[in-house]
Amino acid sequence: MSTSDVTRDGLRGAHPEREATTGVATGRRGRRRGEQPRVEAGAGSSYYGLPVLNQVTWETTDIGGYLYLGGLAGASSVLAAGAELTDRPVLARATRASALGAVGLSLVALIHDLGRPERFLHMLRVAKPSSPMNVGSWLLTVYGPVAGVAAAADIAGVLPRTRRAATLAAAALGPAVASYTAVLISDTAVPAWHDGYREMPYLFVGSGATAAAGLGMIAAPPYEAGPARRTALVGAVLEVGAGRLMQRRLGMVAEPYEHGRSGALVRAGEIGTTVSALAAQVVDRVPGGRGRAAAVACGAALMVSSALTRFGIFLAGKASAADPRYTVEPQRRRLTERRVERGDGSGAEGAGG
Amino acid sequence: MTIHPLPDPVVASGWTDAPPRMGFFTDTSVCIGCKACEVACKEWNAIPARGTEGSSDLAQDFTAMSMDNSMGLGADTWRHVAFIEQRKPLGIQEPGQFHGDDPSGSDVLALAAQGSGTPPSEAGMTPTTPGPAGEFRWLMASDVCKHCTHAACLDVCPTGSLFRTEFGTVVVQEDICNGCGYCVPACPYGVIDQRPEDGRAWKCTLCYDRISVGAEPACAKACPTDSIQFGPLDELRARADARLASMHENGVTDARLYGRDPDDGVGGDGAFFLLLDEPEVYGLPPDPVDTTRDLASMWRHAATAAVTVLAGIAVTFAGGSGRRSRR
Ligand code: SF4
Ligand code: SF4
Repeated sequence: MSTSDVTRDGLRGAHPEREATTGVATGRRGRRRGEQPRVEAGAGSSYYGLPVLNQVTWETTDIGGYLYLGGLAGASSVLAAGAELTDRPVLARATRASALGAVGLSLVALIHDLGRPERFLHMLRVAKPSSPMNVGSWLLTVYGPVAGVAAAADIAGVLPRTRRAATLAAAALGPAVASYTAVLISDTAVPAWHDGYREMPYLFVGSGATAAAGLGMIAAPPYEAGPARRTALVGAVLEVGAGRLMQRRLGMVAEPYEHGRSGALVRAGEIGTTVSALAAQVVDRVPGGRGRAAAVACGAALMVSSALTRFGIFLAGKASAADPRYTVEPQRRRLTERRVERGDGSGAEGAGG
Repeated sequence: MTIHPLPDPVVASGWTDAPPRMGFFTDTSVCIGCKACEVACKEWNAIPARGTEGSSDLAQDFTAMSMDNSMGLGADTWRHVAFIEQRKPLGIQEPGQFHGDDPSGSDVLALAAQGSGTPPSEAGMTPTTPGPAGEFRWLMASDVCKHCTHAACLDVCPTGSLFRTEFGTVVVQEDICNGCGYCVPACPYGVIDQRPEDGRAWKCTLCYDRISVGAEPACAKACPTDSIQFGPLDELRARADARLASMHENGVTDARLYGRDPDDGVGGDGAFFLLLDEPEVYGLPPDPVDTTRDLASMWRHAATAAVTVLAGIAVTFAGGSGRRSRR
């Protein structure tokens, strides 16, 4: 609203700020007056702080759960084969059932997350090694029925030879089911996922192993659960070790694994896995009737910790996609290094090629 | 498994006798921020309206981001005009034209007869015409899908819905897409996205329907300053090189080409740009890399991890059977 009058002697009552230069501080109470340029150029700049990437559209429960269930199923199948071969019927039955249940649920989660669930079978209209999701769909198409036959023959108590063959076949495919999901998320432009592609598969199979070990400890009597207890340790070493390595190598891109909600989940998973995997080693020495209860609690803690890790990693990816710094800064550094190597000091030319 | 066997994506995708690879050269130095491209794209492709941050209330379409109301590329924004206000000197824009009879001045009638399509090279002035340095500049740039030579969206699509056309462009087949959403985080530029009420992924098709019949894409057709230029990629690259050279000659040293280099992380963009500042200022990644470039290595790590866990669990069974160890 204009408050000034035009008179013969010039302007009267003109608002002093009409002469203001945009962005210049007038100094009143130290506050910056006037319009500020909305984007400052220079180091660490972005377009209004908006992310460079479009956010992952996957639901956390669906695809975070999918990652967890895939690991649980795959590692369960390996435990089942071991139990089958070493005559541990309860452990074998439980892990076979958990493999089938987990792979079934993971399929439900995957289909539920599709924008067009009725078109799920379009996944199988091509075979495409460049698409980890396509490879995974084929893998599950083979693995699911095999795990199903193993569990069904066991529960029905028929066809022992088929049961054994299916159990062993599922164990051969299981590790791939547990590790391919690492490629699935690493093969994206999401910085915290993509940059961690070297360690992610080890972390994922480790986390799958701790979950399956936890399930084995819950379901099987202590005299059968020895391998499950030791598997907890193997899984924890892989999961926590790979996770630590990854965070160290990623530098600033690892921040979402350390801070915020995702960081809290990752840390909780890490501590939970470490503590419960160690506890699993002594749980059979708990005296009296409480040993079984302790094993169940320990197994549950392993399963929960594994899930915390998965959801933490899933959310860390989303957090790293939401902040342009994680996309821009490593790329900027890479460019600068390349320019230094080339001995090219000029700033502008050839940026981004 | 060779993922990128040939540098020519059209040949690599199995096309024979294909027409030349087509693309866009977006010269942001002449963009006036009119958003004709955004509007033409929406109209031609029948893209639903969408308010800020997904709200369908267009009255709330206010972002406080200069003149930007569409924020970025997505399922319902296939051309996006960015507005950047900077405290950086640029040539003063002198709007006065001499309208007299002086033969050295411009003939406004002749100019009018020529219509609005004055090529930048013949324009009396452009936003980058050098002059005394001002203290403020306003950058405008129309962003679009880059139609990458190595397109991660296409590589990761599990259904084969995304495909490479004979023009070297990357297009979603809407009758195939099952909305798995994999392409969304795969794109290193944040271009493709899922339309929530429809579930499928959408992005720029480089007007596949129009260019198939020899017409130019709607945005390029609508652009009044020829900031958006459409044509065979080779020609566009030559034109862009000439434009860059002339800008550097005229002292606009900030000018740089983005996505033009076939040796960059994505093998060069089918749609590339002339920018006046660092890419990240426009919301573009400074050194994007094809997401699937390391895929072979990823599979190798996954295979090793699988063998590791198999062996690791097997070892835990060493030491006999369950029954014998029963206490
Ligand atoms: S990766 Fe992104 S920019 Fe490249 S073609 Fe796909 S959607 Fe377009
Ligand atoms: S959302 Fe559609 S286009 Fe994108 S990867 Fe999945 S099937 Fe392909």
